[in-house]
Amino acid sequence: MADTTPAPLVNLTVNGRALQAPAGTLLIEACKQNHIEVPSFCYYPNLSLQAACRMCLVEIEKMPKLQTACTVVVSEGMVVKSDSETVHRARKSAIEFILTNHPLDCPVCDAGGECELQDMTFTYGAEKGRFVEPKRHRDEQQWSPVVYFDRPRCILCYRCVRVCGEAMDVWALGVANRGINATIIPSHQDHLECEECGNCVDICPVGALTSGAYRYKTRPWEMKHVGAVCAFCGDGCKTTLGVRNDAILRGDNRDKSGINGDFLCIKGRYGLDFTQHPERLKQPLVRREGKLQPVSWTYALETVAKRWQEIQKASGSFGVVGSTRSLNEEAFALQKFARTVLQTNNLDHHRTADFPTLYDALAGRGPAPAPLAAMHELKAAPAVLLVGGNPTDEHPLLAWNLRWGYRQNKTRLYILNRGDIKLRRQAYRYAQADDLGAAVRFLNGEGAAAAASLTGVGEASEKRWPQTPVSTPAPLDEGLQDFRARLRQEQDLIIVFSAEVAGDDLRHLVAFGSGLSGATRYIALADNANSHGAADMGLYPDLGPGYTPAPGAPGLNLEQMMAALRQQNLCSLYVVGANPFRLHPVEPEALKQTFLVVQDLFLTETAQAADVVLPALCAYEKAGTVTNTCGEVQVQRRGGGFEGAKSDLEVLHLLADLMGAAWGAANPDRTLQEIRTQVKGYDVSLARLLAGESVLTLPLNGRVPRTAAPAPLRPNRDSLFTAGTLGRYSATMNSVMEKKLEQGR
Amino acid sequence: MTKPHPLETRVVSRRFDQPDAHTLPGYLASDGFQALEKALAMAPEAIIEEVKKSGLRGRGGAGFPTGMKWSFVPKQSPRAKFVLCNADESEPGTCKDRLILEHDPFAVIEGMVIAGLAIGAKQGYIYIRGEYRYLLDRMERAIEEARAAGYLGKNIRGRGLDFELWAHTGAGAYECGEESALMESLEGKRGIPRLKPPFPAVAGYMGGPTVINNVETLASVPPILINGGEWFAAFGPPKNGGTRLFCLSGHVRQQGVWEVPLGFPLRRLIEEMGGGMRNGAQLKAVVPGGSSTPLLPASVAWELNLDFDSVAKVGSFLGSGGVVVLDENTCMVRFALRIMQFYRHESCGWCVPCREGTQWLQASLARFHGGGGRDADIALMREVSENILGRTFCALGDAAAMPTISILDHWRQEFVDHLNGKPCPFGATTLAAAH
Amino acid sequence: MTPFSNQLEERFQGLMQRYPARRSALVPMLLYAQDELGYLTPEAIARIAALLGETQLAVREVIGYYSMLRTEPAGKFHVQVCTNISCLLRGGDEIYAHCQKRLGLGHKQTAADGVFSLEEVECLGACSWAPAVQVNYDFHQELTVEALDQVLDAYQTRGKA
Repeated sequence: MADTTPAPLVNLTVNGRALQAPAGTLLIEACKQNHIEVPSFCYYPNLSLQAACRMCLVEIEKMPKLQTACTVVVSEGMVVKSDSETVHRARKSAIEFILTNHPLDCPVCDAGGECELQDMTFTYGAEKGRFVEPKRHRDEQQWSPVVYFDRPRCILCYRCVRVCGEAMDVWALGVANRGINATIIPSHQDHLECEECGNCVDICPVGALTSGAYRYKTRPWEMKHVGAVCAFCGDGCKTTLGVRNDAILRGDNRDKSGINGDFLCIKGRYGLDFTQHPERLKQPLVRREGKLQPVSWTYALETVAKRWQEIQKASGSFGVVGSTRSLNEEAFALQKFARTVLQTNNLDHHRTADFPTLYDALAGRGPAPAPLAAMHELKAAPAVLLVGGNPTDEHPLLAWNLRWGYRQNKTRLYILNRGDIKLRRQAYRYAQADDLGAAVRFLNGEGAAAAASLTGVGEASEKRWPQTPVSTPAPLDEGLQDFRARLRQEQDLIIVFSAEVAGDDLRHLVAFGSGLSGATRYIALADNANSHGAADMGLYPDLGPGYTPAPGAPGLNLEQMMAALRQQNLCSLYVVGANPFRLHPVEPEALKQTFLVVQDLFLTETAQAADVVLPALCAYEKAGTVTNTCGEVQVQRRGGGFEGAKSDLEVLHLLADLMGAAWGAANPDRTLQEIRTQVKGYDVSLARLLAGESVLTLPLNGRVPRTAAPAPLRPNRDSLFTAGTLGRYSATMNSVMEKKLEQGR
Repeated sequence: MTKPHPLETRVVSRRFDQPDAHTLPGYLASDGFQALEKALAMAPEAIIEEVKKSGLRGRGGAGFPTGMKWSFVPKQSPRAKFVLCNADESEPGTCKDRLILEHDPFAVIEGMVIAGLAIGAKQGYIYIRGEYRYLLDRMERAIEEARAAGYLGKNIRGRGLDFELWAHTGAGAYECGEESALMESLEGKRGIPRLKPPFPAVAGYMGGPTVINNVETLASVPPILINGGEWFAAFGPPKNGGTRLFCLSGHVRQQGVWEVPLGFPLRRLIEEMGGGMRNGAQLKAVVPGGSSTPLLPASVAWELNLDFDSVAKVGSFLGSGGVVVLDENTCMVRFALRIMQFYRHESCGWCVPCREGTQWLQASLARFHGGGGRDADIALMREVSENILGRTFCALGDAAAMPTISILDHWRQEFVDHLNGKPCPFGATTLAAAH
Repeated sequence: MTPFSNQLEERFQGLMQRYPARRSALVPMLLYAQDELGYLTPEAIARIAALLGETQLAVREVIGYYSMLRTEPAGKFHVQVCTNISCLLRGGDEIYAHCQKRLGLGHKQTAADGVFSLEEVECLGACSWAPAVQVNYDFHQELTVEALDQVLDAYQTRGKA
């Protein structure tokens, strides 16, 4: 853990109340912690201090002038007044100044109803404007498909500039001109070229920056706001869904209680419009005369159950491919359905991380403190080793937290990977090698063979003061020696590794980490929203829930099932929320003997070949739990709905019922209870979980014997702007991509 | 070249009538670098002590004791220390540094090297406002000459001490005269002032401990070292040591820059050096120390002595030495408007009250002066000024508010007269308002 | 690749070495680039950003801050009239009005033939020699309308040459 020695408390008085706050606390924060509101626009926790809006001026004894509470640090004996007549006058005047050129177009402003300036004017403001000079008007500008800028509304709090630069490390927003002509400008004169994360829009206290995906769609008070876990990558961010009439109209960061705090990436914010895509499946389809035809749910389910029973009678073979996006309850129910109803171990999912090996290697290391790290712990980690991957694109929250640690806590970030990635700007040391396995073995003390694959070593490429020359030592392996020597001195290390480290390489990595003197913790990077949950729930041919051996002989893994399909050796394949044919195309001819059932949102490559297609709900439309890449389980709340589609859990229960298994009606709470009793590590506090916290699971069950054939990991390698099937059906994400291509030309 | 006025006491300007003082031979011929030779033999603490003794206070406007400023620099520092010369002279009414840079550039160089010895800095920069290009050229030549002769660079005069110096141009920004904004600008950024603390003596240019002084301040250092701090202090009243260049402009017969001891009577500056009021008009008001300082009405001005404490006593500031004289025919509304036009143009825009307030006041004053005034405007403009005062990030807001308040208070009747259609002495011309 | 002369490129190399960090040279580089090209062209901005290892956005932020820097061409002779307080009291407004009339230009306007451009500027530091005008970098002080005409005549002749 990070240094947790608490700072000594200092005593101060605010408005006659005696308070205590840790030394070093900003006065504005000390007040906030004691429920004394000191208003501000430019102050934003964990971004650099501006003292620009002058809203937080307070009286401090022995100081002749009013002081900005956002820059003053509490000191012993400090006597503060934040509610005096003088302070109220100053606040009122600051608002009056801000409003001089701010248009009062609140009725048509997207921020209306959730505008900090509106709220502050209501609370502290001038009841009538005394500014009679003409306001300075400027036309609105579109900076990107998702970012619009309305200059007169901007109050120059510089939050957008800071979140883009300091927090995102993108630096695509700046300030031009000076005085009354000062304005925020985008990176490329009239447009933005950036990561399109939209954090600038979210952090804008007024309606100066608005979202191209949401503007003019509705008013905030007409929506209900549901904090849901993002359906895209494995980081587990909370996105606040704005839902009207069961339709999800926007995602943003209104609810900052998630593990992502202030952060959301383009996918979490804008990608969710796939839910409203016109090609979304609204009705079950059954293949008749070679064509998929819409049918009723009853007919479709009965068709499936009847055919499966026939196959069972004929002792035919089944294969089941589960989802890395379905909820834990659904994954658990699916493995149960496969093993008990279809009675097969031919079960797998799209694997992007080698969790079984990680848990096996950890279990082999004897008792130790919890060896997994939670997402937020990266922010305070003294040291992090990143092996492989490019979190900026593939795990945007993880990258955000690494930058946070670097910025706020001087985290020493070691990067070992194959090429230059953006996070090298925050790297304390990096090493680049073609063969990561060899490099990992080198870390673990094996000879210098790794040097052969080494292609570079260095320090942060970011400019720093005093400027440290970036040097590549010769010979290179000395650089790697130094890299390893420094790592070996770390007392408290979090190791983050991508799919590039698996199998024996991963065992070496864990051996290295466990050999350090401190408590090393691990994060395995898996690609999709519930990849970790799918693995924990036992979507493996040889492993059941919690990585326990599955009863019976091991089944076929995904690759083997695809091979069996091609050889017409599989009587039925049941695909739930996956699209294996995209990676493993199968000729339609080969499928003639196979009864293919697909449950999905869209007519994917796999669904197009199916005999029965069942329209599914997405993660935002159902309730349950998900587990992020770190192993933190969170509640998923139902945001919107979709007429005609059903959740995977509901479908499984209906099919089980039709197949005579008598599972009863689907009930996620009951399934969760089953998971909590059956999956070791998921027996987490229900109170914490249901209260909305993320709770770290730890499915350590001793050694994990592998009996099935090894299967390769197939990472998505998504860019910031792609996200598999869901991304392909997001109009906003596609518009951003198209714009990027256009700019590239 | 300017001939000395009989009433002048030329210390900083002692070479102003020496035609070749801006060349190294000319400088050396008139005690040039004697102070440096002396300083090279002194302990750093002794140099600072001598400057403290002199009572020298910053000549840029704030009047902070120079010796004390130097003593704040930590002796040991992991980061490089710097000496900066603030030659961003931009305060309306002020044009003295220009004369020093023109006539005596080596004195500034010498003062900077001495400052470097005193605080243990090995590098310095002279930040010269962009408009003073001919002075940048002159300074760069002087630096080259000094370097070639061993007064700058490695191992100065063979005494084992190093000091490297460069001239640096600004590009048009009043705010860069604020010391932390100047450092931002010198780092190649927008000239936005920095949060203080930390103060420059602890973390200035590039985060290193930095001393920053005005041109005149630094040029005062060599004579102080040669003649001793007490000699310099003796020129002025207590705590107001030395002499100072005053820039006289406005409605006087003879505009000019003269050096007199601090405490010199303003009346004598106007009457004897400036030749009295132009066209026999009566004095109405004086800007005592550049446009940022509250204006003084004639009755106060006639009795005023020009030193820091005396001017403070009557509610204004000695400021930068820019004395602007206004006669009875001056439209004070128009004058207030021109001042506000300046601050509106120069506000960096960082903080709300300065950015919005200066534009508000400029627009209101323009409308008012243009004949569109309302009764309520007079009180409102005063309140808006009060709302800027003391609430801005840096002193620019105060600089805009203070003269405005003083005009509204002392010459309120002129605003009322404008409302009542009394002809404005300047004519009701509206200034080009929108820049 | 570079829009600058060899001499200027060399000067930039020297400038960048004067400071502990290259970026410190930015403001002088911009002003010298403008002196050579007349204004800061997109190519100039790109080149300077590349030399300093900064984004063009960072360079544009700085340009917008400084009143002497411009991204549009000015006249061969840029006439800058001070109308600040000391000049105001000595006829600066008349000087400015005369310039507007004679040149047929307003604030920050450039003549069609490119000879003159006009700008009302803030205090030039010529207060004790008011009123003052700066043409490019040259000061003209203690002006009267008649003296100003002679000054402008001289520039006009040079402009035609």
